[in-house]
Amino acid sequence: MEKMSRVTTALGGSTLTGRTMHCHLDAPANAISVCRDAAQVVVAGRSIFKIYSIEEEQFVEKLNLRVGRKPSLNLSCADVVWHQMDENLLATAATNGVVVTWNLGRPSRNKQDQLFTEHKRTVNKVCFHPTEAHVLLSGSQDGFMKCFDLRRKDSVSTFSGQSESVRDVQFSIRDYFTFASTFENGNVQLWDIRRPDRCERMFTAHNGPVFCCDWHPEDRGWLATGGRDKMVKVWDMTTHRAKEMHCVQTIASVARVKWRPECRHHLATCSMMVDHNIYVWDVRRPFVPAAMFEEHRDVTTGIAWRHPHDPSFLLSGSKDSSLCQHLFRDASQPVERANPEGLCYGLFGDLAFAAKESLVAAESGRKPYPGDRRHPMFFKRKLDPAEPFAGLASSALSVFEMEPGGGGMGWFVDTAERYALTGRPLAELCDHNAKVARELGRNQVAQTWTMLRIIYCSPGLVPSANLNHSVGKGSSCGLPLMNSFNLKDMAPGLGSETRLDRGKGDARSDTALLDSSATLITNEDNEETEGSDVPTDYLLGDAEGEEDELYLLDPEHAHPEEPEYVLPQEAFPLRHEIVDTPPGPEHLQDKADSPHVSGSEADATSLAPMDSSFSLLSVSHALYDSRLPPDFFSVLVRDMLRFYAEQGDVQMAVSVLIVLGERVRKDIDEQTQEHWYTSYIDLLQRFRLWNVSNEVVKLSTSRAISCLNQASTTLHVNCSHCKRPMSSRGWVCDRCHRCASMCAVCHHVVKGLFVWCQGCSHGGHLQHIMKWLEGSSHCPAGCGHLCEYS
Amino acid sequence: MRLATAANEAYAASLAVSELLGCKQCGGGHGPDEELGIRIPRPLGHGPSRFIPEKEILQVGNEDAQMHALFADSFAALGRLDNITLVMVFHPQYLESFLKTQHYLLQMDGPLPLHYRHYIGIMAAARHQCSYLVNLHVNDFLHVGGDPKWLNGLENAPQKLQNLGELNKVLAHRPWLITKEHIEGLLKAEEHSWSLAELVHAVVLLTHYHSLASFTFGCGISPEIHCDGGHTFRPPSVSNYCICDITNGNHSVDEMQVNSAGNVSVSDSFFEVEALMEKMRQLQECRDEEEASQEEMASRFEIEKRESMFVFSSDDEEVTPARDVSRHFEDTSYGYKDFSRHGMHVPTFRVQDYCWEDHGYSLVNRLYPDVGQLIDEKFHIAYNLTYNTMAMHKDVDTSMLRRAIWNYIHCMFGIRYDDYDYGEINQLLDRSFKVYIKTVVCTPEKVTKRMYDSFWRQFKHSEKVHVNLLLIEARMQAELLYALRAITRYMT
Repeated sequence: MEKMSRVTTALGGSTLTGRTMHCHLDAPANAISVCRDAAQVVVAGRSIFKIYSIEEEQFVEKLNLRVGRKPSLNLSCADVVWHQMDENLLATAATNGVVVTWNLGRPSRNKQDQLFTEHKRTVNKVCFHPTEAHVLLSGSQDGFMKCFDLRRKDSVSTFSGQSESVRDVQFSIRDYFTFASTFENGNVQLWDIRRPDRCERMFTAHNGPVFCCDWHPEDRGWLATGGRDKMVKVWDMTTHRAKEMHCVQTIASVARVKWRPECRHHLATCSMMVDHNIYVWDVRRPFVPAAMFEEHRDVTTGIAWRHPHDPSFLLSGSKDSSLCQHLFRDASQPVERANPEGLCYGLFGDLAFAAKESLVAAESGRKPYPGDRRHPMFFKRKLDPAEPFAGLASSALSVFEMEPGGGGMGWFVDTAERYALTGRPLAELCDHNAKVARELGRNQVAQTWTMLRIIYCSPGLVPSANLNHSVGKGSSCGLPLMNSFNLKDMAPGLGSETRLDRGKGDARSDTALLDSSATLITNEDNEETEGSDVPTDYLLGDAEGEEDELYLLDPEHAHPEEPEYVLPQEAFPLRHEIVDTPPGPEHLQDKADSPHVSGSEADATSLAPMDSSFSLLSVSHALYDSRLPPDFFSVLVRDMLRFYAEQGDVQMAVSVLIVLGERVRKDIDEQTQEHWYTSYIDLLQRFRLWNVSNEVVKLSTSRAISCLNQASTTLHVNCSHCKRPMSSRGWVCDRCHRCASMCAVCHHVVKGLFVWCQGCSHGGHLQHIMKWLEGSSHCPAGCGHLCEYS
Repeated sequence: MRLATAANEAYAASLAVSELLGCKQCGGGHGPDEELGIRIPRPLGHGPSRFIPEKEILQVGNEDAQMHALFADSFAALGRLDNITLVMVFHPQYLESFLKTQHYLLQMDGPLPLHYRHYIGIMAAARHQCSYLVNLHVNDFLHVGGDPKWLNGLENAPQKLQNLGELNKVLAHRPWLITKEHIEGLLKAEEHSWSLAELVHAVVLLTHYHSLASFTFGCGISPEIHCDGGHTFRPPSVSNYCICDITNGNHSVDEMQVNSAGNVSVSDSFFEVEALMEKMRQLQECRDEEEASQEEMASRFEIEKRESMFVFSSDDEEVTPARDVSRHFEDTSYGYKDFSRHGMHVPTFRVQDYCWEDHGYSLVNRLYPDVGQLIDEKFHIAYNLTYNTMAMHKDVDTSMLRRAIWNYIHCMFGIRYDDYDYGEINQLLDRSFKVYIKTVVCTPEKVTKRMYDSFWRQFKHSEKVHVNLLLIEARMQAELLYALRAITRYMT
């Protein structure tokens, strides 16, 4: 209410009224300008120059200033401006470089007043002094700005932009003598009108041409600039150096920018190309426009607020030959369409959630789920009464953190770093990885690795030392019969077992039964283990683990670390019972029960009676002798990889894929592989495991992946002396002919890896520095700094 | 080692191609080397350019550090140091930007697959029967895994590329005829349609190679040694400048000698430079005094536009024999047609309404990021390049002359600058120069050494190459402006 009354007084007692409306012009408009009475608007273009009065319901053509029979280039306007002090005075900038002034008070039909033909190229902008009646400023493509006194025939002073084209000139509203000019090379200059010899200040505002600028109507020294680089920047010019206060990123190059009256942080923009809408931005919220006008069908070329104290009427002209009046209340507000809730997972399982405050407040009454809410944090933005979108802007952010250790992703990082993927024989890789997995408490994974080794390494390759070791261990577990067990017998056993396992895998629920029952029968120790593990997760590991345990690398080591892990002990007896049926009948009896319990057909046939297991043994002998093809297992391995990937453990899937290489690759379609690789690499990069991720990329065989680290391989360096980019070679600057980085130890140029101390910034070749630091902790450059390299 | 193999492959490929393209005219002339079973390629011995004496051109090995770096870059990017680079190195600043742009267009991230890019290059160069570029890109095309079948003609290429043929044709010869219907036709062709980004990439490539073809002919670039026509063990075939042409044809050795020794008219040409400088001075001075009326200015543009069509050299009507390269175009008869011939009226294109800096750049950069920036830099360098010299004079402000050349080329394409007095062109550019410009820009395949020699006789070769840079950049911008305007119109 208070605001309303203020507007009314400002308008001298009469409020502006009107509606959103548009009228058709005969030709595309290049610029518009409003008379100070807010009731008339002038539209100028290549072949149009007319004054319209703004009525309640429509625009009415008042005057056509293009008179005379022959079209003249002087009338082809690039810009037009209406004097804000004198209702009769207009100025236009012509594309052929002429500046024309117009006096509406002239009695004749031709209102043309003066003609200034001093510019050699197109004049891009004209601007009247905000308070002086006779001062006009122009900026041209030829790189000059000229100041005209309308009482004289020619310019009063000329300002040179060093042959850079001038795109905009604007008198400061507050400082009588100051004006700003923007240039095609991205610079903005500040001039004192009394000093044409050189500019007061110059800075680079944009990358590429700066098309427009506008002084803030109230805040002294705030200048908004818009450029081809699609940015609108707000500069504070009061400080010693122009300081960038706000930056709005738009979707197309910015052709015009105009501060919104009475709204300190709002400005309107329109674009030069592609985008036809007019946006009103709150510079403090640079991502979503506060309002959007979508009336035009072609690019908007001119915008003007109808009255300097009324924020709700915006006029615009466009290339689509129309003139529009937009009402702020009719604007579409993208904020309304935006989703006001945000949800994001952190790397380590944290969860952040932002929502409208009202929503959160309502929810806070509810009882939180036990355990999930660790440290809820709330941020609340202070309400700004001046802001029209206050309601939407206030939101609350809650962050839920993971319990330390419980389901964190530490294992992922550790695993990624420690896994060996290449460079050693398959068996060793598998063993190593199994060990890593076990040490991290991921037994299922460990067993998978072990099993893979068994599947894919021919037994001859299995180091006998390992074998003996495990055998020895086995006996320590209370199975003296193991000693009689020889290598030759074991290998065939292997084959059969894995096959068995496949049968089991097919009927998983059965296996569960079998396992648990077997466990109960053979070993009482592990009841707790069974209970503590999630059954589904346990299933596969257990099933696979049974027969693999024989080959465990050094289970003894594993045991002390994880005393509760008793699966190996349980698995051993089971395993040996099968293979060594003859020596241990009493065990067999136990064993024989389990298939019956499970009722699994496959298990029953293979395991049940004593003699059938003999026959099995012989069969597997035969199988092995004919060198059981690795293809035999590929289906199983494929399913296993799929299983891991579906569980979310792409790490396992990819690692196995890499380690096994050709052995499995053909069984998994290219697309799936690529999908796994990309997911894994993405994860690795999120955890900043660049080295690992690069290794994975390198080892991948998929074309799409391996080309990943061939893209953007250029590293750009700037010269430390002149701060310019060193384009040709990374170690010598073309401009100042200096070598960029010298080694403090050998005083030669470092062309490769340069390592430096962040304390004294001396450094050099990586090897040299490493060597130096072995002998001394002081800086090799002799600066006396105690260098720290980590 | 790898490089060497690659080179061998490329060489083999080029041989294969030459097999395909065997020249009927001189197919029998195998050298004596062949009898021994070994064929040794020998350079034809003109240096990188047929117009510029070899000794004038920088010898590899004598370059300074900056040029050396450029050569290194060029070699790294292309795997060769081609003759274009060797000629352009007269202007290292430009060359750097040129190479960067070309590298980005052909090898870096972009919407089009690599073999498409080279194929489009071939299509564009073939419009001007520029066998030099065609050969280079045939090799590259095969090298990046392109299907050799496509080289048998556009009709063997995918429908998508065939659709581009029309745009290529119009763009090369009469860019002002491009309408948004052309664009629409390409973008809405069912399964063969182009995406906007691809189209912009293609358009940039087309314009790049059209203008590069102009440069190749304008500077008389010699064929590469590994390409046909670049060595002597077998008669070059694809090249327009088949060896039999070069030795007995219009490019007679005598003529070359006459001209290289030809200081026949030293005083004459000296006077030429003086006169030109005097004119520039006059224009500079009297500009403020004499003010032409609006109609006068408008008519001057029209006159210049109309006149530009008469400035054809006398051998205009000579029909270029259709060779095998022409399999890339379906319509050989379609050439440059002057603006106002045959009563065809096309509205003048006003730069003030659609210019590269404001509009073209934004559109290209939006659809094909970074390329707008690169091309923009290239235009800037070409337009602003100056050493403030003219022939033997130093400290001359040549901006007026450069602007006249630039605007004259745009004028031939119907592009008008409101703020330019086209009377200046008549003052500054004499007839032989206009003939040369017109030929290089519109029908580059007809450029002869005589034309190259007959303009600006007293000027250095580096300055003539400089002129060529202006020509090709102005041409590229003109074509781009028309194509991009059509795309903009399609989009709105």
